[in-house]
Amino acid sequence: MKHSLIPLESLVEPVKKQATDLQALREKLAAGRGPAFWRTLDEAAESEELREYVEQEFPGLSGQIPQGVDRRSLLKVMAASLAMAGAAACTKQPKELIVPYVRQPENIIPGLPLFYATAMPTAGYARGVLVESHLNRPTKVEGNPDHPASLGSTTIFEQGSVLNLYDPDRAEIVMREGSISNWPTFTGEFSTAAQGIVSRKGEGLAILSGATTSPTLINQMSTLLAQNPGAKWYIHEPSVNPAIRSAAKKIAGKNAFVAYDFSQADVIVSLESDFLNNGPAALAYARQYAKRRAIDNGETPVRLYAIESCPTVSGSIADHRFPVKSSAIPAIAYQLAKACSVAAPDAGTPAPDWLNAVAQDLQNSKGKCVVVPGEFQPESVHLAAWALNSALGNVGKTVRLLDGVEPDNTHTLEELTTDLNNGRIEMLLILGGNPVYTAPASLNFTTAIRKARLVIHLSQFSDETSLWSHWHVPEAHYLETWSDSRAFDGTTTIQQPLIAPLYENKSAHEVLSILLGKPDQSSHDIVKGYWQDQLKGANFEAVWKTSLHDGWIAGIAANSINAGGAVTLPPLQQPAISDLEVVFRPDPTIGDGAWSNNGWLQELPKPQSKMTWDNTVSISPKDAQRLNVTIGDMLKVTVNGRTTVGPAWILPGHVEGSVTVYFGYGRTASGRVGNNIGYNAYAIQDASTPWYAAGSISKTGEHYRLANVQETQTMAGRNPVRATELAEYRKTPNFPTAEEPPLDKATSLYPEWPYEGHKWGMTIDLNVCTGCSACIIACQAENNIAVVGKDQVARGRHMHWIRVDRYYAGNDIDDPEIYNQPVPCMHCEQAPCEVVCPVAATVHSNEGLNEMVYNRCVGTRYCSNNCPYKVRRFNFYLYSDWNTQSLYGARNPDVTVRTRGVMEKCSYCVQRIQEVKIQADKENRPIRDGEIQTACQQVCPTQAITFGDLNLKGSKVAQQQALPRNYGLLDDLNTRPRTKYLGFVRNSNEALSGNTRKS
Amino acid sequence: MPQLFRPSSNTIAKVSIAGVVLLLGSTLAVAYIMDRGPWTTSVRIAPEQPIPFSHKHHVKDDGIDCRYCHTSVENSGYAGLPPTETCMTCHSQIWSNASVTQPIRDSWASGKSIEWTRVHDLPDFVYFNHSIHINKGIGCSACHGQVDEMPLMYRVNTLNMNWCVNCHRNPAQFIRPRSEVFNVDYAYPPNQAELGAKLVKEYHVQSLTDCVTCHR
Repeated sequence: MKHSLIPLESLVEPVKKQATDLQALREKLAAGRGPAFWRTLDEAAESEELREYVEQEFPGLSGQIPQGVDRRSLLKVMAASLAMAGAAACTKQPKELIVPYVRQPENIIPGLPLFYATAMPTAGYARGVLVESHLNRPTKVEGNPDHPASLGSTTIFEQGSVLNLYDPDRAEIVMREGSISNWPTFTGEFSTAAQGIVSRKGEGLAILSGATTSPTLINQMSTLLAQNPGAKWYIHEPSVNPAIRSAAKKIAGKNAFVAYDFSQADVIVSLESDFLNNGPAALAYARQYAKRRAIDNGETPVRLYAIESCPTVSGSIADHRFPVKSSAIPAIAYQLAKACSVAAPDAGTPAPDWLNAVAQDLQNSKGKCVVVPGEFQPESVHLAAWALNSALGNVGKTVRLLDGVEPDNTHTLEELTTDLNNGRIEMLLILGGNPVYTAPASLNFTTAIRKARLVIHLSQFSDETSLWSHWHVPEAHYLETWSDSRAFDGTTTIQQPLIAPLYENKSAHEVLSILLGKPDQSSHDIVKGYWQDQLKGANFEAVWKTSLHDGWIAGIAANSINAGGAVTLPPLQQPAISDLEVVFRPDPTIGDGAWSNNGWLQELPKPQSKMTWDNTVSISPKDAQRLNVTIGDMLKVTVNGRTTVGPAWILPGHVEGSVTVYFGYGRTASGRVGNNIGYNAYAIQDASTPWYAAGSISKTGEHYRLANVQETQTMAGRNPVRATELAEYRKTPNFPTAEEPPLDKATSLYPEWPYEGHKWGMTIDLNVCTGCSACIIACQAENNIAVVGKDQVARGRHMHWIRVDRYYAGNDIDDPEIYNQPVPCMHCEQAPCEVVCPVAATVHSNEGLNEMVYNRCVGTRYCSNNCPYKVRRFNFYLYSDWNTQSLYGARNPDVTVRTRGVMEKCSYCVQRIQEVKIQADKENRPIRDGEIQTACQQVCPTQAITFGDLNLKGSKVAQQQALPRNYGLLDDLNTRPRTKYLGFVRNSNEALSGNTRKS
Repeated sequence: MPQLFRPSSNTIAKVSIAGVVLLLGSTLAVAYIMDRGPWTTSVRIAPEQPIPFSHKHHVKDDGIDCRYCHTSVENSGYAGLPPTETCMTCHSQIWSNASVTQPIRDSWASGKSIEWTRVHDLPDFVYFNHSIHINKGIGCSACHGQVDEMPLMYRVNTLNMNWCVNCHRNPAQFIRPRSEVFNVDYAYPPNQAELGAKLVKEYHVQSLTDCVTCHR
């Protein structure tokens, strides 16, 4: 299979092409000669090339200066540019129109945004959101604080979803075999075709959808299947492991969901679970986990053991991380079960040396611990985790069994393929999803889909599957249509639209309604009609309105199941893969590929690798050394005779003998953003071993330039992250600053400023930051931050106002400690950037904000050069898209859209500060603590970020900055940053002290 | 050796020097007038509108309050322009056949908005908020002038930054009692300095000159 990747030929490779000498680096770190903290292997190796590269202000610029231009010509061009720029400034303001309403709707006041409650379903499960609407134009998604699966936070995907709504590549019209058609024609022909099927009681009808919890859709399907017993409902959710549900069903004896409560946990063992970042309840879990990590009032924090192959978001914050092959997890689960006196079949292999200490810790915290099975582990691991939790007395306390909210008795994609190949299916209706792309290669789905006589595809984009379908109907975005969905705990949300469909978009409800013989029903009527039947009573309208307002229907939740039945663990299905295992995972930012055309998510650095715009083959340092692979070397990955080729990324902490490949890339019909980038991991996926499989890798000899955001900057040997052990923290609570010489604040060239009014400040608690990166994309959505593209990212020109640095520490390159550190603007009280600006475009406010005035900036970039934190971003080109009309809608009208040649940076969301200040001023009252939330703070699942007024007595931010573990980044420079950090405290198990490293 | 320069050269040199100075001066003067004059600032130039709407007639003759049409001026950053429906509250009954009000009826019938040309147009990087100014005792006429004397709407102030900052540095000059905010005929009393200082204190008016007050 051919892979076309974005070529970056024009770009000079900054770091040497030859491999970093990993063995030398390993020895150097082991001997304690390396830096305490490092972000890339080259930084750890302290290579000369990297030093030279990062010493340039904006690395990679030199490659752009045209050759053969003499000094005189250059000066001429510069002088001419200056004159032209001056002349260009002499312009008259263009005429602007005001277009008032003809009939102004009630409640709409131009200038005051409205927030509507709805929910975004991810793999079927709802997360409640509040969507900001400016004149009926959704611009920003926030979490719904009252929704149990959100609690006010969102993941990166809810944030990115706004851009998908306005994506100019969305499908706009109904297509029939590649030609333009329309909805009425489709309705007519589909009704006629459906009549034949219905007359045969549904024989030959197949409906394929993604996972769903929508009560209305499930009801429509039940009605349809009852009327047409011959029809079948198949469900394919490419990045969800069906074993989670099948195990829950075995445990409960019926459709169920295993939920955890980490707020009561003292010890957590993750069997390759990314529970803080992945799954329907991740945001709730993250909040509970953060609560249990509190240490400042003498609490003993939770201890997390992560046993995993590839470092995950949850693993990065674990107190102990044990790199283990994904295929060895089932055996370890059984060994752990045995060590905790649970009857389990023999695992066959000796237990790792750390296992008994972990088991002991679990047994010491009976009723207050959790064993979390991995999302991509087989049923046996889920059963073993349940058996362990049962035996440890956790069930009913930290582990709950809830009634399942997904439909039962549906069929799988494998069954659909078989049925198609057997010629049993005449009409295939695909409601969402892209099975032609996401089906495991072993199914040969493109061959099977051709056997159906009529294929109808409903999806937001005209994608790979649409090309194989007779009809393509544009699907409505969740912000455009009525629907409903349920959270993991059964909380039910009526999804209300924020905007009428931009194009001829239809929902699954409307398409199904045609099959049910009611072709003219709108989504609104279908959903409301269903709930009218459900919520019988005189006051339905009142209940309906309250439910829409609150974002959930009161009184509907899943029942808890009192599980009695003991679980018998099956014998191990397969031993750990002894050769190389290939682990399959959804991409951290692109998911299963559905987000592939989203520029925000493409450019969002992936947690851990910090890679943008590509998926990589993650490989351990040891394997890289064995195969003499360097970062960017193309690797051929073979599984069961199928191959794909992708670039290597050496990931410290990845287990040896294993490589991880990511779905979501290598798409050919995604759109202008997502087409032809990365490699397709589905092309080597086998339906029988979907999440890990034995395979092999080899170098192709080609090299590929990746765009990584952590190779362009360095902290030059300082200690940006401060971490210690819990025991050490108890002795020295001020550990981050204990060893620093006291700062002589009097020695400064700048005059003191009293700050009598507000004094804005921020703290970031490293102890709970998981590095999930939701803050980056929330900031992007709030502040109209442009997407720059792979080439510009590789030159270090990404525009994110807040970045999340990932640091490695410790003396073991193969299993380092991992730290995450978000870095926004520090808003230094004595800011080095301000004094060097020749035009006073960056100045200090009375409240301590470091202001950036775009209309004054002339682009000297002196400020960026003088910023020790490297948080300033420069518009080298016109990065903001000023031409694509549909993207105008996504912009926040309260923030300037920047143009070429100006500097920008974090403003502490000054538009939100001003809004609250004006509101409080009008009401003649002081601003309340917590009333102003920055975008990054609001979205944070663990509430690691706090913002507020340092002059307000008792404010949370003032309290946090008074904590002993509070410290400022590069405080020794006497810049007096307003953004402060709270040091990381590791709660290690003393019995495993041999396995922990002191940083 | 004959003289290189004739006597007239002296005159030519003097005239040239004076000419250069004059030319430079006049260029600068023209540039200044162009920049500060109505050609750029649109001061006292009434742009063409779809309907020759007269504030003079509606405000002075009919006595309609500002907020009857500009409904959100006390609550929102935008003062708000009335929907066609507001026009129709009267013009479905009076002047309902007049040709000048035809665009209102067309809009009402077709559902298509009337497209007005913005008179007070700030650059897009300036975030002005009407409601806070109204709440702090800055009257409509302080910026918009005596609209009750304007048959057609025009700007009376440049809306240049120095004009804004003049008040932001010393709000006492232009503040008035809250009860007088919507009074278009309001005249500042002779003791404005004294009254202004008192009101500034009473209304907790701050002298906000941070850039982010308006630019974000």
